[in-house]
Amino acid sequence: MPRVSYTAPATVDEAVKALAGAAGLAKVLSGGTDLLVQLKSGRLAPELIVDMKRIPEMIGIREEGEFFVIGAATPGVMLSAHERLEHAFPGIVEGVDLIGSTQIQGRASIAGNLCNASPAADSVPPVIAARATAVIAGPNGRREVAVEAIVIGPGRTSLAKGEFVVEFKVPKPKPRQCDAYLRFIPRTEMDIAVVGCAVNVTLDAGGTCIDARVVLGAVAPTQLIVDEAAQALIGHKLDADTLAKLDLAAQRACKPITDKRGTIEYRIKIAGVLARRAAAIAFERAAARA
Amino acid sequence: MTYLDKASLKVVGTRPIRPDGVDKVIGRAAFGADMVLPGMLWGKVARSPHAHARIKSINIDKALAVPGVKAIVTSADLPAIPSEEAFVGEGPMNFRDLSSNCMARGKVLYDGHAVAAVAATSPAIAEEAAALIEVEYEVLPHVIDVEDAMKPDAPVLHDDLFTQGIDPKPAKASNIAKRITFTKGDFAQGWKEAEVTIERRYTTQPVHQAYIEPHACLVSVGADGQCTIFSSSQGQFMVRAYCAKLLGIDIANIRATPAEIGGGFGGKTLVYLEPVALALSKKAGKPVKIVMSREEVFRGTGPAAGGVIEVKYGAKKDGRLVAAELVVKLQAGAFPGSPVGPACMCGFAMYDIPHVNIVGYDVVSNRPKVAAYRAPGAPNSTFGTESCLDELAIELKIDPLKLREINAAKEGTKAAHGPTWANIGYTQTLDAAKAHPHMKIALGPNQGRGIASGFWFNIGGESAASVYVNEDGTATVVEGNPDVGGSRASMAMMAAEVLGIAYERVRAVVADTSSTGYCFLTGGSRVTFATGMAVTQAAEKVVVELKKRAAMIWDISPDAVDWKDGKAYPAGPNAGSFEPLSLGEIALKAGRTGGPISAEVSINAQGAGAGFATHICDVEIDRETGHVKVLRYTAVQDVGRAIHPSYVEGQIQGGVTQGIGWALNEEYVYDKHGRLDNAGFLDYRIPVASDMPMIEAVMVEVPNPRHPFGARGVGEVPIVPPMAAVANAIADAIGTRMRDLPMSPPKLRAALDLQDPPRLAAE
Repeated sequence: MPRVSYTAPATVDEAVKALAGAAGLAKVLSGGTDLLVQLKSGRLAPELIVDMKRIPEMIGIREEGEFFVIGAATPGVMLSAHERLEHAFPGIVEGVDLIGSTQIQGRASIAGNLCNASPAADSVPPVIAARATAVIAGPNGRREVAVEAIVIGPGRTSLAKGEFVVEFKVPKPKPRQCDAYLRFIPRTEMDIAVVGCAVNVTLDAGGTCIDARVVLGAVAPTQLIVDEAAQALIGHKLDADTLAKLDLAAQRACKPITDKRGTIEYRIKIAGVLARRAAAIAFERAAARA
Repeated sequence: MTYLDKASLKVVGTRPIRPDGVDKVIGRAAFGADMVLPGMLWGKVARSPHAHARIKSINIDKALAVPGVKAIVTSADLPAIPSEEAFVGEGPMNFRDLSSNCMARGKVLYDGHAVAAVAATSPAIAEEAAALIEVEYEVLPHVIDVEDAMKPDAPVLHDDLFTQGIDPKPAKASNIAKRITFTKGDFAQGWKEAEVTIERRYTTQPVHQAYIEPHACLVSVGADGQCTIFSSSQGQFMVRAYCAKLLGIDIANIRATPAEIGGGFGGKTLVYLEPVALALSKKAGKPVKIVMSREEVFRGTGPAAGGVIEVKYGAKKDGRLVAAELVVKLQAGAFPGSPVGPACMCGFAMYDIPHVNIVGYDVVSNRPKVAAYRAPGAPNSTFGTESCLDELAIELKIDPLKLREINAAKEGTKAAHGPTWANIGYTQTLDAAKAHPHMKIALGPNQGRGIASGFWFNIGGESAASVYVNEDGTATVVEGNPDVGGSRASMAMMAAEVLGIAYERVRAVVADTSSTGYCFLTGGSRVTFATGMAVTQAAEKVVVELKKRAAMIWDISPDAVDWKDGKAYPAGPNAGSFEPLSLGEIALKAGRTGGPISAEVSINAQGAGAGFATHICDVEIDRETGHVKVLRYTAVQDVGRAIHPSYVEGQIQGGVTQGIGWALNEEYVYDKHGRLDNAGFLDYRIPVASDMPMIEAVMVEVPNPRHPFGARGVGEVPIVPPMAAVANAIADAIGTRMRDLPMSPPKLRAALDLQDPPRLAAE
């Protein structure tokens, strides 16, 4: 019979030791909303589960200077309920709010959403669009990498054995900077993104875009930072020509597959639609901060 | 006796709380998976990973060697039974096929087909052992699609299947189990008389009934051969009969207890697990419990049939239909028996058409055997006939509601499938739809409105019920139909009305097969009609007895006693002068006046009233994503008499919701090996609450004179019109006709792109 061990360390160091010491597959548990489903369906048979929820520094949201620091095991509802974070990054909260249901969000964490390494993860594009970094703990100490460096393919991350994400650092927005996240699903909730798109823009006092990041989800093996789409926005206001260029740039970046959730052709079209719509919301929000 | 005068009713037509409600809300109700027995084992079914394969050998040695494994069964442990056709539930059933569906014999016919089962001391051990059962397969070519399966060179599932209904009998086996026809008048003549003709082809996808409760049972085979079954089904007598047949057990040796049912919608009118669990229990000498996973439910049970529907209408320019033709090719799944008959009969049932030709094909393919689902077959054909009628209305430039009025079936109309209508309320649903405020709400850009009608037969059948007067003046109703939609409340209400006492003083229970008389299963929208009739008659017999007892107490003739508002009164001054006796007072003295007061009635209820409905649907289309939002929905239905209006509305809203799911997103996704790729609620997209508008149920009451209270079945016809109503609304919104279900966002966007080609990166 398959057996699995469970441990709930109280410190990051203990967690590193437990993960690094496992002979077979060891998995990190935060909310468990992906992990437990995978265990029950038989897709995963880990030897060890390391529960991070008892490590105080891994839960909660802190403001440290120019950063929001979000503990990796923080459940989604705590992000949604954090007024200053919600005001600074409504797009990140939008992504979190789309994960599963209210009950799921009471458990699910953004680190779990990231490290499950699904191209369709809803909280990941807006976090990447915010130029967030992740602090990783491991047998060789701590390192900090851009969030987009972590997922390398469906179900695969760049984390080495014994490594896990401890926290995210999100640089606080500049004046007239704001974001938005949209996803498309055939229903209205409880579904997986067919396409997701986050847009994070900074405007000058006149409403012209001076910085932008456009990130697509579910249209390639990993989330895509679409530089060409950002370039379509920078130096421009959101007029019809800019929107058309953004749409085309988003479409061109897509490398999707056809599966039960959508076809290649459809996903490409929708990427363009969502990029335009998310940009419109982000511009409006940023302009409102003037 | 009848109680058709609505004004005189005190209980029927009110909205009391259902007796099973509180336990269901707080999670205390015992569903299929909730029961335990001492020493119980856990069963697990091993299933085929292939769509079509010959079973060359099954080796259970490794599985049997796992500590904790107590028994393993294969088809060799079920008796081989001869082909025997019976019409049960809402469709034909062959017991040989049912046995092979529960446990594959010789060949597996679909991904998920059961091949063996294990009983062990824990679910984990059973699962591990099931995975260790070694089945050697010879994989065969498979076929999924209905028209592919009909091709002459298609892989044949059953080499003894020769198409019935073709003269002469074909020499070659095929996947076409049956060809059926219905004719009225002379279609060729009618087609010649037509001034406007239209011909269209539509397709529907198989959809799962998607009940929230997976199949589950707990069974025990005693050392003396007496068996108990606790399971979730739409009929404990059905479970008992099928298990007796499939395992060769005397019916008297089976006691089947119905669990609370977490949805069935027709999908629990047959057995999957119970015969397997019985075989395991017999072998292991212990009780065995089996609970399916959601994945097993999708791969191994249901669905409703999908198919191809070809429709022709010929009309005069003034809108009168003169000819209609319908060809239905319906999927049966792995064994014959799709609901092609009802599909053929329901498509034109709403209309008076002089010349009609209908042909149906029952086609097997490598998918799970279809099971009943709310008005089986009717949603398929009606999606075609009601979409096509809308297309004809556009062609004729006649309002779609008006076109339906012109051709509506009325009292005395001879339907294409045979019967001459009496006491039907179809035109009344059209009148109510026309008068409804919904029709006057203005539509915005990219919004559209669709109308569609539908028909379902409703059935009666065998039912038994007992009414017991308790010593404190309350009453107990005992019957045998699992309560899928509030029927316990309705039964108690009808009994309370007849007895003249408060609803709260009557409790209805659904009893096991050894504790009540035979009731045919809960299906065909029959329970409130047929079992309700039995309950009413039993309550009437109790009233006769109560009057007799009062007469005895007063020492007058029973004929001189009246029963009113739960009390016995002297019939008039000549009867004598006595204070009225209440039911409670008579009950208290029952021991001294002849013993306990009760009555049982067993009937075969005849005269079920046909159900007609007309739905109005408004949609808004997101032209960029192809997403369809249902803005508002009004469902008008002739319900005969609503015994409990809230539960009638619930049936209507539930049927519409399922119909909208069928219309917009639900479909099975198979990979190239014929394996189901979306066996779960994440990717099999039934509607979620936020997808739905408030559905307004409008109840038209044209009483059915064959039922004491005028009731008609109400549970099935609500799923018949929605797919066409949605398609007609989409066509109204965007000017493009969607003829293939589901009308999902990618399909809609593709259709819109044909109208207005977008700027694409690929260009």
